[in-house]
Amino acid sequence: MKGVAIVGAGQSIFSRSCGMSVRELSFEAYQEAMAGLNISRKDIDASIICSAPEYDKQRTAAALISEYLELTPAPTFYVESVCSSSSAGLRVAWSLIKSGLHQIVTVIGFQKMSELTSPEAAERMSRGDDIMFGSPLGTSMPAGYAMYARAHMAKYGTTEPDLAAIRVKNSGYGAMNTKATYRKALSLEEILGSDVVCSPLKRYDCCANADGASCIIVASAEKAKKITDKPVWVAGIGMATSELNLSARESLTNLSCVREAARQAYQMAGSGPEDIDVAEVHDCFTIAELMAYEDLGFARPGEGAKLLRDRQTYLGGKIPVNVDGGLLSKGHPIGATGGSQIRTIVKQLRGEAGETQVENARFGLIHNIGGVGTYANITILTR
Amino acid sequence: MGFEKFGMKSFTSDAKVAPFIDHLEQGRIMTTKCRECGKVFFPPKADCPRCLTSNVEWVEINGNGTLLTYTVVNYGPSGFENDTPYILGIAEFEEGVKILGRVSKEINPRDINVGMKIKLVPVKLANGQVIYEMKI
Repeated sequence: MKGVAIVGAGQSIFSRSCGMSVRELSFEAYQEAMAGLNISRKDIDASIICSAPEYDKQRTAAALISEYLELTPAPTFYVESVCSSSSAGLRVAWSLIKSGLHQIVTVIGFQKMSELTSPEAAERMSRGDDIMFGSPLGTSMPAGYAMYARAHMAKYGTTEPDLAAIRVKNSGYGAMNTKATYRKALSLEEILGSDVVCSPLKRYDCCANADGASCIIVASAEKAKKITDKPVWVAGIGMATSELNLSARESLTNLSCVREAARQAYQMAGSGPEDIDVAEVHDCFTIAELMAYEDLGFARPGEGAKLLRDRQTYLGGKIPVNVDGGLLSKGHPIGATGGSQIRTIVKQLRGEAGETQVENARFGLIHNIGGVGTYANITILTR
Repeated sequence: MGFEKFGMKSFTSDAKVAPFIDHLEQGRIMTTKCRECGKVFFPPKADCPRCLTSNVEWVEINGNGTLLTYTVVNYGPSGFENDTPYILGIAEFEEGVKILGRVSKEINPRDINVGMKIKLVPVKLANGQVIYEMKI
């Protein structure tokens, strides 16, 4: 049953401008993931490189990263599902190992957003919607999530302070994360007073682009026990897709792909939301974390804000969420984000999370979304 | 040819559903319906993946809808910098489809409410481009 393990997990420092090349950034993550493992680079059967290539200056970076880490001649290839690329990479690694084709696979995610000017990045982002029916009207990621926020407010009475409270929580934990881009605890007033980007979302309701890399080393059960004393097992994985056009979706108050991916992951793990001790959710915008509470079953629909008001998603609560500061604090290097979330849960399950450790955590969940709720990857890990 | 005329900034041109743009220029919002299963699509599709047919017809959206959500965009993507602030909304129409469109700038954001009745109308911009806007 315990077929596939994560034996190592690492990430670079996330920052607005890393001052190094993509290959060097990837090495930082790889170095941390490989630290203390009883393997060398020659034991890695394959590498999966995860990024959103439209943001890369380097074309086909997979071979270059493989060359720099001296992983050749092992196979390497890209996996992309925008912001959830590295969770999709874990899904492919899991399948390669389950099939018996490979025994040890490394999943490296990266993005160096500082390589592009802001207008260049914005131009690419605008093409993330349907270029026939959405982009020509001026849609964007914040506009998309803002419309979810407005619909959620109208249906359930969720308020702007409810959304800001998510940033308050995450910024507090982000201040403790030495690898986060933003390490300052923000007050409710500061968040509510920040510029409105797309109403009702303000500057501090939105995560920022960042440079960063992440690395996960995945192994078969047989290999895992020889590589490390602390393997973390993949208990369940789920992935699902929603329509790219928001207008083609049934609901504008929750993400159907998350519900479906979570159903798959819980079923595979033989568990439910009540079994999860700690979670990392994709808080690209505050509303995304709020909807995650409801779509993952931590709260009933419309009761996500209450869950936070009752401090149940803080450390010491029923289900601590984003105790590493989330994307809102860490920044969002698109291809690296899922791997960073996985690293946080791996550290939690190994009891290595320091001052943000959730006591005796046995089950951890990662919710990693691509686009405006378009691709959902849900991963459940256990020790 | 066709979609280069759609929106404040277009990204693509050729499509089998280009008559969508011709209709819009003539003041009608049309979408497609599968002649075999009767499914009405939005965005319009030239093909029905359920029936594996391209036997679709154009049907008119009368434009009477209910606003489901909206946002006032203060910071827009590239090419829209001079257009801000503008309002995007999604409304549901009597034909059973939802459409994402602009909410008319003539409407004060303070007067916009989720659940309000709107009328979606074709609009020709000064530069000749076509869009549709939600009006009260």
